[in-house]
Amino acid sequence: MSDLQATSAAKVPPTGPKNSSLISLVAVVGAPNCGKSTLFNRLTGLRQKVANYPGVTVEKRLGKVRVEDGREITLVDLPGIYSLTARSEDERVARGVLLGEMPGLPPPDAVLLVVDSTNLNRNLSLAAPILDLGIPTLIVLNMSDDLRSRGGRVDGDRLAEQLGVPVIQASAARGEGLEAIRSFLSGRPAVRERLELPVLQDIGSRRRWAVHATARSDYQVPAAAVWTRRLDSAFLHPLAGPLIFLLVVAAVFQSIFTLAQPLMDGTEAVIAASGLWIGSLLPDSWFRDLLLEGIWAGVGSVLVFLPQILFLFVLIGVMEDSGYLARAAVIADRTMARVGLEGKAFIPLLSAYACAIPAIMATRTIESRRERLATILIAPFMTCSARLPVYALVITAFLPETPLLGPFLGTRAAAMIGLYGLGFLAAVATARLLKSTLLKRRSPLPFTLELPPYRWPTLQSIGLRLADRSLIFLKRAGTVILLTAVVLWFLASVPRTDGEAPEISQSFAGSVGRAVEPVIEPLGFNWKIGIGLITSLAAREVIVGTLGTIYGIEAGEEGPDEGSPGLQQALQQDLTPGAAVALLIFFAFALQCMSTVAVVRRETGGWRLALLQFAYMLVLAYFGAWMGKTLVEIWI
Amino acid sequence: MPARTLSDLRQGDEGVLDRLEVVADVAERLMELGFLPGVRVSAGRPAPGGDPMIFRVDGSEVAIRRATARRLILSDSEQVGEAGDYV
Ligand SMILES: Nc1nc2c(ncn2[C@@H]2O[C@H](COP(=O)(O)OP(=O)(O)OP(=O)(O)O)[C@@H](O)[C@H]2O)c(=O)[nH]1
Ligand SMILES: [Mg+2]
Repeated sequence: MSDLQATSAAKVPPTGPKNSSLISLVAVVGAPNCGKSTLFNRLTGLRQKVANYPGVTVEKRLGKVRVEDGREITLVDLPGIYSLTARSEDERVARGVLLGEMPGLPPPDAVLLVVDSTNLNRNLSLAAPILDLGIPTLIVLNMSDDLRSRGGRVDGDRLAEQLGVPVIQASAARGEGLEAIRSFLSGRPAVRERLELPVLQDIGSRRRWAVHATARSDYQVPAAAVWTRRLDSAFLHPLAGPLIFLLVVAAVFQSIFTLAQPLMDGTEAVIAASGLWIGSLLPDSWFRDLLLEGIWAGVGSVLVFLPQILFLFVLIGVMEDSGYLARAAVIADRTMARVGLEGKAFIPLLSAYACAIPAIMATRTIESRRERLATILIAPFMTCSARLPVYALVITAFLPETPLLGPFLGTRAAAMIGLYGLGFLAAVATARLLKSTLLKRRSPLPFTLELPPYRWPTLQSIGLRLADRSLIFLKRAGTVILLTAVVLWFLASVPRTDGEAPEISQSFAGSVGRAVEPVIEPLGFNWKIGIGLITSLAAREVIVGTLGTIYGIEAGEEGPDEGSPGLQQALQQDLTPGAAVALLIFFAFALQCMSTVAVVRRETGGWRLALLQFAYMLVLAYFGAWMGKTLVEIWI
Repeated sequence: MPARTLSDLRQGDEGVLDRLEVVADVAERLMELGFLPGVRVSAGRPAPGGDPMIFRVDGSEVAIRRATARRLILSDSEQVGEAGDYV
């Protein structure tokens, strides 16, 4: 078995040759999408993002593996590379770590070279420059489950002989071959004698060298992935393709309003009941008020939206894990080309539907710096999941549900799709604007994208994504949202006169809201919405919590046991339909998220673009909201 | 007659790549993705609208724009590689 190769390396006694020493830092290297992060996760127990398209990992990530003798070894997961020539930011990271040029990180003492064994000839070309580095290397023939099931095979031992380095067959997805990898890591691998390597600069000769090695290792190329071709003939079909896409999107948004609704009502009932229960336990005091009016009403009103967000993440997860995302990028390339961007920019833009921050990180895969900056500038227009609670709240409060396309599409889902479309249009329009400025020079490198074979999204991977997403959401509810609720409650309870809390409109919080009221009055917003707009700078969904707290306090003023009227009813009293539309448009356009501003500053290397973007989106939001309101008022 | 290029391939057609008429940097990226002179390329179903095109090359599927495909020249003969070298 090929595993022997690795274990024999591990059996070199501690008093081995001089040139061998214990491994402490190991780089995981390989072509994009060959399973590096999956392997890294298996070995370290971490949950680095894995998905079925090239360019998922864009940053180095460290993790610890415990090996046989109890020692801990540091593993570093890297972005995928095709060669040591780095053209994009992510490739520069991988190259920098490998060559020991990263500040704060010593050069690695060993390399796990992960190769996709279903396409060994091309993947192995990368082995030439890597082996030439002279670092002890283990070649991991990954995806061997896929290789076998498609009728391919390779003799790992013979390949090891050919290359002069240990080779093991593994399946990171199934956890096969991990023991052999661990024992390689715990050993003292000898530095390989330098082989006569082909001319490294020449891709063709590297490629011939790889074929030469695989041909002598009995490599049988696997049969083509039949299902991938079948699925592509549907998804890339000129008519069926776009239609399927639209249907799936419609179904997901509809499910946000129908299937997720019972879950949402359930969460709401639990929060309300637990609030009442706690209220009945505690004596009447300021603390009880803070807990019920501030925290329960504030944090609770955001928590209710967790089920809807999870529904959206199932869609994103299936698209990313199946390999459909790469096809969507190809389909979108024509549109993107028209506004001066390329299809590759579409992948970060799509992931911005979850959150703009990883999306901005993901732009590192774009080779051209100008296109990268342009993509960063437009990414926050894509509707991130933090906008979902705001949209869902306002839409449900103001728009009655009537079916449009039978059970497939109702008015609310249609409105939601419209808002997503609006964000996309704003992004496209902005890109157009940039085309004549930032993007004036055409990008030197044309669009290329490797399409992965389709894979089944596993229940486990989708489940993990949902669990991670829930954790992030709960963490935000427990930190940012909780904190703003508490601060807001205190600001709304001072200054006290004769030991009595003021009416909220006369409190500190109220006066801040009333100070901004003149500015937002043309949009139909009063001081309460004003407070929400300010707090939502921390994170968009905070406005929902803030309104929850404000209405909670107001309900407390009416009488201690009245119970709050519910956010929706309260909103209906505070906003005209025109103002509700204005609020939606404002949130579609404004960059209400300080973390995004911070990441843009970091990734663009300065405040200039970050502040420019913030100002631009704010102005657009203000005028967009005003126009929306005006149009609705004319129409009604 | 102008030389045939990858953009002339219809869905299902095959051809042998002769040379890449693009700047060195671009050629290198394309070659890393498998578009090596002498290699057999077959056209898959393109994106709706015909652009970008998708090619099966060297064991994987790669999407490139039609404009790029126009710079990848096919050889007249059906001979693969100098001596069937790559695959
Ligand atoms: N069948 C099979 N699929 C695998 C295996 N290892 C990884 N995958 C799948 O391959 C896809 C890519 O995996 P990743 O771990 O994200 O690949 P990566 O090399 O980190 O990719 P980048 O970060 O984009 O360079 C995912 O869909 C994985 O589930 C394997 O051994 N067998
Ligand atoms: Mg990865």
